Amino acid sequence: MTEYLFILGQEIYKILFLLIPILVSVAMIVWLDRRVWGLVQKRKGPNVVGPFGLLQTIADALKYIFKEIIIPASANKTVFILAPIVTMTLALVAWAVIPMSEKLILSDINVGILYLFAVSSLGVYGIIMGGWASNSKYPFLGAIRSAAQMVSYEVSIGIIIINVLLCVGSLNLKDIVIAQKELWYVVPLFPMFIIFFISALAETNRPPFDLPEAEAELVAGYQTEYSGMMYAMFWLGEYANILLMCAMGSILFLGGWLPLIDIYPINLIPAPLWMILKILFLFLLFALVKAIVPRYRYDQLMRLGWKIFLPFSLVYLVLTASFLFYFDKLPTGNI
Amino acid sequence: MNISRIFKTIFLVEFIQGLFMAIKELFKKSKTINYPFEKGSISPRMRGEHALRRYPNGEERCIACKLCEAVCPAQAITIESTERTDGSRKTTRYDIDMLKCIYCGLCQESCPVDAIVQGPNFEFATETREELYYNKQKLLDNGDRWEAVLEKNLKLDKPYK
Repeated sequence: MTEYLFILGQEIYKILFLLIPILVSVAMIVWLDRRVWGLVQKRKGPNVVGPFGLLQTIADALKYIFKEIIIPASANKTVFILAPIVTMTLALVAWAVIPMSEKLILSDINVGILYLFAVSSLGVYGIIMGGWASNSKYPFLGAIRSAAQMVSYEVSIGIIIINVLLCVGSLNLKDIVIAQKELWYVVPLFPMFIIFFISALAETNRPPFDLPEAEAELVAGYQTEYSGMMYAMFWLGEYANILLMCAMGSILFLGGWLPLIDIYPINLIPAPLWMILKILFLFLLFALVKAIVPRYRYDQLMRLGWKIFLPFSLVYLVLTASFLFYFDKLPTGNI
Repeated sequence: MNISRIFKTIFLVEFIQGLFMAIKELFKKSKTINYPFEKGSISPRMRGEHALRRYPNGEERCIACKLCEAVCPAQAITIESTERTDGSRKTTRYDIDMLKCIYCGLCQESCPVDAIVQGPNFEFATETREELYYNKQKLLDNGDRWEAVLEKNLKLDKPYK
């Protein structure tokens, strides 16, 4: 009995050890996003609460907690309440398999990348549920758009992942990182990295693909009817998802926790820090892109997804496969 | 589509140019001022909060001619006057309803003795309506508080009057 309790306590400790840093970093990342956006536009961005305004998100979250939650009379109450919870949970659950270093990983499962992909695909349910349960036209239209958009870009992300898997020969995220010891995949698969980045923008509803919440047409899309803490959960879930996509990008292409060059002064930096630096680098790109691009039209978005990215990544997949086969470099050992 | 256009599209040339421009702008100084802590410059003609001025010896300037009351398009000013023991005509009541006032500046233009003026202060928001019904005491206090700035502004604006 005590043994089970001990194991339970250990697991809870591990989960908290993962969850709290993620929630804190989500708060920091929201601040970073707003700040970078502001600075590019020569504004100041949030700079009042705490040092450099770092605590702004925490102040915002506190404000949301004390606000009233309004549930529309015609809404489906259960689904309406469930939707932000689903979004938030799925965004956090996926972090279980992200390796921060060789040992720092909550659950080292063999189909890590599949799990990650499945959970991030499920994220669309939160949005559809929110949009449908609101029983109002703008959230509904926003949810439809979002569903179509996320499903479309998941297809090309899937094929990009297969590209990487072909080179690694394993679905384990740790193996994927270790396979990049000699060469990060961003070099041989550079076009795939670009497409992955753009698809990740679309997947997380970031500008220029923020059509689900195109404020000029749809008020706030699927979030229109939400208020108080439920809105904040959508909002934090969204940023946790963005962070997850950045982590995924750095594992698949930027060599996860591996240092830039394995020579003396640089490899002294601890592995988790390398991972964090890479995630931050990708997130800075996300934030900068938000500041410079105008929003896509819906048909342009669909055209880009289905008629350009999908065929291009398929062709590149064939090229990668033929290259590996021809030069006899197909990974065989660790399957 | 011509060749250069296709090249630009495939290699995201314009996107990358934009990205570098954004990075360049990121390190430039921002144009925003940190409002409650730093303030922008204000013209000497700024028509802000009203003030009743005094002569250097402490005597009120206002002679209760009621020109401001007459000219006020919003009828925000109410004046009552009486003769003082020394024979001069002074106001007993000088009220401005700051909620009616449209800040047109006609009162300070009509004043023959530069008694009623509009100062540079625009941060006098209150939490209740009642606080914005200014009486003579409030206006005189304003005058005492802002006298240095008011005098400077009047001097600066003199050549254009």
